[in-house]
Amino acid sequence: MTSIVTTGTAAHAAATAPPARRPRRRVEPLYYLLLLPTVVLFTLAITVPGIIGIFFSFTDSIGIGDWSFVGLTNYVAMFSDPAILQSYLFTFGFAVATVLVVNVVAFLLAVGLTSRIRMKTTLRTVFVVPMVISGIIIAYVFNFLFSNSLPAAGAAAGIPWLEISLLANPDLAWVAIVLVTAWQSIPGTMLIYIAGLLSVPGDVYEAADLDGASRVQQLLRITVPLVAGYVVINVILGFKGYLNAYDIIVGLTNGGPGTATRSVAMSIIAGFNGGDYAYQMANATIFFVVAVLISLLQLSLTRTRKAS
Amino acid sequence: MATQTTTAAPATARGTGRRAGRSTGHVRSERTNWSGTVVLVLCAVTVLLPLYVTVSMAFKTQGQAVDGQAFSLPAPFSVDGFVQAWNLTKFPVGAGISLLVTAGTVVATILLAAFASYAIMRNWDHRLFRYSFYYLLAAMFIPFPVVALPQIQLTGRVGLDNPFGVILLATMFQLSFSVLLFTAFLRSIPDELEESARLDGATTWQTFWRLIFPLLAPMSATVGIFAFLYAWNDFMMPSLIISDPALQTLPVRQNLFQSQFSNNYHVAFASYLMAMAPAIVAYLFTQRWVMEGVTQGAVKG
Repeated sequence: MTSIVTTGTAAHAAATAPPARRPRRRVEPLYYLLLLPTVVLFTLAITVPGIIGIFFSFTDSIGIGDWSFVGLTNYVAMFSDPAILQSYLFTFGFAVATVLVVNVVAFLLAVGLTSRIRMKTTLRTVFVVPMVISGIIIAYVFNFLFSNSLPAAGAAAGIPWLEISLLANPDLAWVAIVLVTAWQSIPGTMLIYIAGLLSVPGDVYEAADLDGASRVQQLLRITVPLVAGYVVINVILGFKGYLNAYDIIVGLTNGGPGTATRSVAMSIIAGFNGGDYAYQMANATIFFVVAVLISLLQLSLTRTRKAS
Repeated sequence: MATQTTTAAPATARGTGRRAGRSTGHVRSERTNWSGTVVLVLCAVTVLLPLYVTVSMAFKTQGQAVDGQAFSLPAPFSVDGFVQAWNLTKFPVGAGISLLVTAGTVVATILLAAFASYAIMRNWDHRLFRYSFYYLLAAMFIPFPVVALPQIQLTGRVGLDNPFGVILLATMFQLSFSVLLFTAFLRSIPDELEESARLDGATTWQTFWRLIFPLLAPMSATVGIFAFLYAWNDFMMPSLIISDPALQTLPVRQNLFQSQFSNNYHVAFASYLMAMAPAIVAYLFTQRWVMEGVTQGAVKG
């Protein structure tokens, strides 16, 4: 479990390191007691399953029983599997669309809520409510509205394409998923933008006023650049979260119609009952690599921001 | 009427802002932004509409619930939906398990993360502690779906395919974020504070509980709020890890209305309402903490 510190480079570094600046302090045993149980549990709960998963991605296991090594077969098959490609395409498209909708709406709401409006506190209280509700339950409620109320309204207004449920339309079901996901995740994004807007000193705007800049000019030329760091945080955190989309899709379309809205997370999980355990573990491994790449991008972006 | 008056604006805006024309609208902080208020109220309606439908459907009779008028008020007022939902979903059991999972995750996350962060920060010059920090942080790269399948198998094999397994896994997935918050905060506590406690003869254990843990309270609130929202609302993890449907959490129990009873809308909505109400009520009482917590969590994490 402590292999991470005893292997390879660490041991090497210890051997060649210059003499310690001060004599090695003995660590009080209590500190080990405070740290090690957590590290052990963490290893058993996350690291070990992760290694098992990567291991089986090179086999033909169906989850139980005998298995044998098949090398990179699963990975090769994955890249020419239309179902997998479609799930990645859908998940990335959904994530990009949701990031755009959420950030634009949340930013405008934050601007509104930090301007001189009435009922500021009440409105903010209301806007944050969706954040505390379970995604699956929100999805069930919207499922009812999309499949009953909206078609009824469409029929009454004489709009033919609205008369059938949005969720039953393979071309438009993703729109419903974006809307409901946005409904739930706008509040968190909005709160971060509010913090960003409140951190902009007021005298900047006073100076702009004196120079005769209009409200829109002030918004685009002053506010947006000054909260750019918050935009980066919101876009990346949001994107990472949306890539794991599961609950809301299960509640709205369950991946349908057909497999039109099946996310990567859903296809991985389907491997548990579908008999292609090893194959979906290869999928999960690739998905993990994607998550790491995005996190590294996040680190480099936030680093450069802090440095500048 | 110039920019110098901005500091006094809160007092004067109420009186003068009401009827003033738009001609000097560019002077910030002077008067109420009525068009903005109207737009935001309309947006608030879109937030409240689904919640209104949930509440009104829940109080309808079965006959009224299926008449296709989702936005009508319940007439007559009926609690039949609640009674049926209470029994169908075995609400007391589900709520009890959700409460157990949530409380367990919140307490375990705060304690384990605070312990580990304290040990790490006080022994930063030791490799074991320093590397442990990066090791725990690495979990931020690992979303649950990636390790879900092996976890389902392992928890099943060791008898943790129950709410306790969910507590363990949920806590582990919250760790890296929580350790990051705690260590950032611990770094800002001056060493002298702790040394003076030691000079008074306090042991490390006593120093932690009497001095450090109380100082960590604001961070513990943030960590606890995130753990609460995650554990109370999550569907994916309990639905996959808990194998016995009788031991499921509240959100997972709601899928009952997607398969069976799919036309008893009033029962379904009563059930949804009962599942979401505790979190909403808790939020209304703690909203300042929730809002500050989310902001702090995102900016620091």
